[in-house]
Amino acid sequence: MLDFPRWKVAWIWGVLLVLSALAIPSLLPERITARWPIQPSRINLGLDLAGGSYLLLEADTNDLTNSRLESMREMVATEMRRATPRIGIGDISTRGGQLSFLLRDPAQVDAAREKLLAITGGGAGLTGQREWDIQVVDTSRFILKPTSAGLTQAIDTAMGDATEVVRRRIDELGTREPTIVRQGTNRIVVQVPGLQNPQALKDLLGKTARLEFKLVDTTADPAQLAQGRAPIGSQVLPYPNNPSGIPFIAVKRPVIISGDQLTDARQGFEQQTNAPNVNMSFNAAGGQRFARVTQANIGKPFAIIVDNSVITAPNIESAILGGSGVINGGFTVDSANQLAIALRSGKLPVALKVIEESTVGPDLGRDSIRNGIIASAVAVALVVAFMFVTYGRFGAYANLAVVINVMVILGVLAFLKGTLTLPGIAGFVLTIGTAVDANVLINERIREERRRGRSVIQAVELGYHEASRTIFEANVTHAISGVIMFVLGSGPVKGFAVVLLIGIATSVFTAVTFTRMLVVQWVRQTKPKTMNI
Amino acid sequence: MKLLKIIPDNTNIDFVRLRGWAFGLTLALSILACVLVGLRGLNFGVDFVGGLMIEERFATPPSQDRVRSVVDAQGVGEAQLQQQGDSRTLVIRLPVQQSADEGATNAVVRKVTGALSREFPNAQFNRYSTVSGKVSGELIRNGLLAIALAVLGIGLFAIFRFEWQFGVSTVVAIVHDLLMTLGFFALTRFEVDINIIAAFLTIIGYSINDKIVIDDRIRENMRRYRKMDMREIINLSVNETLPRTVMTSLTILLALAALLLLGGHVLRGFTAAMILGIVVGTYSSIYVSSSLLITLGLRADPDRERVAKRNSMEGAERIGPRA
Repeated sequence: MLDFPRWKVAWIWGVLLVLSALAIPSLLPERITARWPIQPSRINLGLDLAGGSYLLLEADTNDLTNSRLESMREMVATEMRRATPRIGIGDISTRGGQLSFLLRDPAQVDAAREKLLAITGGGAGLTGQREWDIQVVDTSRFILKPTSAGLTQAIDTAMGDATEVVRRRIDELGTREPTIVRQGTNRIVVQVPGLQNPQALKDLLGKTARLEFKLVDTTADPAQLAQGRAPIGSQVLPYPNNPSGIPFIAVKRPVIISGDQLTDARQGFEQQTNAPNVNMSFNAAGGQRFARVTQANIGKPFAIIVDNSVITAPNIESAILGGSGVINGGFTVDSANQLAIALRSGKLPVALKVIEESTVGPDLGRDSIRNGIIASAVAVALVVAFMFVTYGRFGAYANLAVVINVMVILGVLAFLKGTLTLPGIAGFVLTIGTAVDANVLINERIREERRRGRSVIQAVELGYHEASRTIFEANVTHAISGVIMFVLGSGPVKGFAVVLLIGIATSVFTAVTFTRMLVVQWVRQTKPKTMNI
Repeated sequence: MKLLKIIPDNTNIDFVRLRGWAFGLTLALSILACVLVGLRGLNFGVDFVGGLMIEERFATPPSQDRVRSVVDAQGVGEAQLQQQGDSRTLVIRLPVQQSADEGATNAVVRKVTGALSREFPNAQFNRYSTVSGKVSGELIRNGLLAIALAVLGIGLFAIFRFEWQFGVSTVVAIVHDLLMTLGFFALTRFEVDINIIAAFLTIIGYSINDKIVIDDRIRENMRRYRKMDMREIINLSVNETLPRTVMTSLTILLALAALLLLGGHVLRGFTAAMILGIVVGTYSSIYVSSSLLITLGLRADPDRERVAKRNSMEGAERIGPRA
């Protein structure tokens, strides 16, 4: 028991001092640490303390399924047309989550199947599983069903891309240190510290920004249009700002140019009227295609479509050769800017919906931090005083351990770049209370052994030895509930669990190993015959 | 220096003899808690039922009726008002907005805070949150799952480390603690939000911690005094660990009291739940779980029993009790 080699003492002090030192940057104001040559890792404050906005976005997977069906429909139509000899198909439908079409000539089944296998990835995707199921019924009807493996993979890819797009859009807003994390299969968590009105952010994220240019179908009959019917090969789209007053317009299905071919989009001003507009530049392929189509259709109108809604449908006055275009759509500076940001950050592969939102004002956060610090300080003071009047010298050792433990918890939290939330502060205060439990167990055991008439050394030795087992078991069970909280909890609860778990680990070290060292040094130096405990 | 001793040396309270009364009281309180929860229900926060919550701070304590009429005039559903912390802070709760438009909830927040700041100069929002019905369902499910897993995991740990009776008695005691805490929430109408799940799990963790310490001592004494009657062993163990039980509860209660009084209103329900949980958990360690061990038929020296069983299974000679 009294054998406590010097290297071990040095090691214990070393570990505790280093871990405590890690807490120092977090306690200093940021403007001081900003001037340090190496940026230390600090404890982040959660939104409930720092103030700011939290958004939970969910992707509409139905939307993704539908757009996948639609693009498959386009692909099938194009491929069958291009086949030699051309494969005639009809009665295409995308209802019921599947794509079905009829072959005009049943003899072409094999040729059609070969084409379909080619465009559905040869039947096997990266994972070796088919992305689409191809069925033939009644000798000439093809049915394409997306497989669940293919869908899962598509959702996964889309969510990865969507997270990137969300990040780019938020960066464009110039907000400070946003956190953007994927959660589960189809969710994204966005946290923006300091943001008070998330409306602009929500507007921006609510746009998928799918940009398409299509030719207007001028042959459409206005009466049919009003009923939502379009000529074959065309579709009806909403056109809220239509100068003719009808909020619909018919456009031809083929896409002249899409947002994928944009290289940039900026908010600008119309030269004559000084109205805000959006300037776009296309890449080489897009520019050429735009030039060719505009040349062939001079005098006819084309529609600029964002998210399936026509923004404007100007006439083509002359061939547009420069590889750039302008959208004039009755914008304000803000709405033009927003569209420009959305366009240049790329389209979202899937629509996102806000399903949970919270915002904390800066005053409440500041109050919470101040209250938390005061409460923690008072809690430490009360516990320290109580331990000292109860256990005297041994209480003082425990107190030193508690104070060091406070620093060590902060240090570990800073090292892990953890986030301190309001419940985290509660966890902190609770840990101060539970950390001394180990010392209470040890000290009560020492008292008991002294009552049984053991010598000082024996009592201390037995006290630490017997109590250690209990402390271990008690802390394991405590940690079980902490781990469950960490795994299943969300946001604030997780913050609580992190502090609790760190506290459990560090308090065993400070309350048992560290105080034992102090007690041993005292016993060795003074060789006491009696003890006041 | 004269040191403080809260529990005098050689305290010997016959806890086991009191257990009849304790069981009666425990049962009565548990039934009362169930009735309270059943009759009054729990005041769930927006986390768990979905909807919209706005916390507004006023320059002077406002009249609730006036606030209600201002909010109701916005036509955004029936408002529930609740005072939080000081008298100047009010929480306004509104039902989920029936609209497909993503901006709808945000518009409601702006409408309400705008109307309030026109009516009450210098009123300002502290925080707001909106939760859709879908998310709230998941939060409830995850919360209940977490609690169930914690109880199960800890019960298994106790069975693995000790005898099965310890596992069962611990789980019964924890269910009792949780019932009491739920009853407390039904009685006080404190808001049950996501943080309360954390409070419940902490109560479970603490309560277990307390029981493990006593169970550990019971096990130790069972080995030390092989001949002693189980009642005496339990009484001895509970009395021996009583100073520690009381000391630890008091230190934690001191720390939590600081948090309750000084930690601000956001954490008040959370801290109150934990304080109650600590008190109830300490009570159940002494009266429920250890006394239940006798009812469950825990016997002294189970090692011997196990050895005897194993030997008989191997078909070896019958061995008599060890001297």
